[in-house]
Amino acid sequence: MGSSGLHPAAIDWMALGPLIGVCLTGVVAMVLEMWRPRMNNNGIVGVCIVGLLVSGFLVIANWNRPGGESFGADYSEANGAVGNLGLFINDRLGQVIQLLIVGITLVTVLFSEGYLREKRLPFGEYYPLVLWSAAGGMVMATTRDLLIFFLGLETLSIALYVLAGLSSKERRSQEAALKYFLLGAFASSFLLYGIALIYGATGTTHLSGIAAIANTQPESIATFSVLYAGIGLVLVGFAFKVALVPFHMWTPDVYQGAPTSVVGFMAAGVKVAAFAAMLRFIDVIVFTSSVWITVLAALAAVTMTIGNLIALAQKDAKRILAYSSIAHAGYILVAVVAYGASKSGPYEPLGQSTVAYYLAMYGFMTLGAFAVLSLTGRDGKEGSTLEDYYGLYRSAPFPAAMFIVFMASLAGIPLTGGFLGKFLIFRDALSVDMLWLALLLGVNSVISVAYYLRIVQAVCTEEPGVVRSRFAPVNAGLFTACAVCAFLLIAGFVAADPLFDWMGLSAPGASVVAGLPGR
Amino acid sequence: MEGVPLSAYLALGAVLFAIGGLGVILKRNPIIIFMCIELMLNAANLTFLAFSRYHDAPLRGTIPMEHTYMNGQMAVVFVMAVAAAEVAVGLGIIMAIFRMRETVDIDEMSGMRG
Repeated sequence: MGSSGLHPAAIDWMALGPLIGVCLTGVVAMVLEMWRPRMNNNGIVGVCIVGLLVSGFLVIANWNRPGGESFGADYSEANGAVGNLGLFINDRLGQVIQLLIVGITLVTVLFSEGYLREKRLPFGEYYPLVLWSAAGGMVMATTRDLLIFFLGLETLSIALYVLAGLSSKERRSQEAALKYFLLGAFASSFLLYGIALIYGATGTTHLSGIAAIANTQPESIATFSVLYAGIGLVLVGFAFKVALVPFHMWTPDVYQGAPTSVVGFMAAGVKVAAFAAMLRFIDVIVFTSSVWITVLAALAAVTMTIGNLIALAQKDAKRILAYSSIAHAGYILVAVVAYGASKSGPYEPLGQSTVAYYLAMYGFMTLGAFAVLSLTGRDGKEGSTLEDYYGLYRSAPFPAAMFIVFMASLAGIPLTGGFLGKFLIFRDALSVDMLWLALLLGVNSVISVAYYLRIVQAVCTEEPGVVRSRFAPVNAGLFTACAVCAFLLIAGFVAADPLFDWMGLSAPGASVVAGLPGR
Repeated sequence: MEGVPLSAYLALGAVLFAIGGLGVILKRNPIIIFMCIELMLNAANLTFLAFSRYHDAPLRGTIPMEHTYMNGQMAVVFVMAVAAAEVAVGLGIIMAIFRMRETVDIDEMSGMRG
């Protein structure tokens, strides 16, 4: 052993700071849970907020530190083709996504307590589970090793299976938990078998192995068929997790049945983490074959269209948002496809900024929307049909107003981050000569306005006999959560240039928002 | 290396994976479905171990052998830990459902439609 000159890479503890911060906060929250006063989670919520803020600051403290991979074997000196097989990567994409996940978790924690209290789910365990789930998502975004990615995904998912079934007296919450669990585990096994095949073809679970094998052009057909099967299975696993059609069947049921605060976190956090990991995966697989881009473009087209068309027929607000999240997965996939195509084809290279920006905007608009929808949770009951929201604007004017902002952003109406995000995806798709995909994106975002308007209409409908006590009172946490999400969406549009500069994920030399109408 | 060839292990892994996948689709009892998922995870484990044991097989790029050798074995240890965690949560969910409904048939789980 060690004949090839194995150099253990230095451990970069500072880069791990945010992850350790989130995990430790979860542990402290769980210990506090044993001491808390009965039915009162305020202390736990306080600790979580402080811990998440500290973790966020740690991400920013890392911002300008030199990146690189650590926690693994570094073969760069001995074997240049292989390079560094570190298990953890400290780069800007990882930092942006970590910050995003910490932010999403913070907003979730802010509006959860009021909802859980109204729904009579006074479980202190909720908070550690959310935090550990977030930690799993952060691991997914900061590794280039498929095995570590798998561990992060399972940490994220297993905590979410429990959270989905949190409302243990509600039939549909149990049903949601079972469906989510069975399909999630099914997806994991596809992913894992795919990783095993990629390992077989390349000799490592690290993504550098795929890049190395694509560059060195080995002699064997067997290697490549095993590699392609592996990549295909991993993509199926990804498709399940981010809910791409035809692997989306679990999404509407799980979103409808699971507690609303959990759904908000699930919709935002899981997609952010999984798409970040997918971006790293796309980075290397585009060099093995051009077929992946074609397949993913087709999946994106089907996902957008089917998601939007089925959403039109729904009568339940949470279900509509579930199909909307499927459609949004399609939009983000267009951005991912454009990024991949620009890397492998004869085009100007696109940065990862479009995907990161859209994920940020998508995360906060979805989370904000679910925060407002959680207001129907009252006296241990909760309705989520459109009729259940009639008159919301009277009993909760501020959240209802913010809800209109979130819906406008989801639909892609100007002055919101959702619009700019869709515009950038459209432009990216055009720049890699995928006119048809760009047009389909445009048509779909017009279709989507119809069902977003229906929810807005329900929220703003006044019914003569409306009982105001149907809605939970608006507490400070929910108020702050709505305000923060709406502020970020509008700031993301108004201050897009400084934001993109700060993220630093754009392709070198590219002007990200130049030529935008009205700027 | 004499004896059972790598392809036999891979074929066994693929067959186990396919049986598991079919079981998930066709079976109606969540516990059986879950057993099928475990079968699929074990198919992946077998594949990992086979590739690890035959790390000097011609299916190889430029990765140093000692890395390959350990990588596959460690993967299996991690997967077993993850599978155990999944069993704990999954059986918990199934138990909770059985207590509420006295049945766990998957066809009964159709309270949400649309």
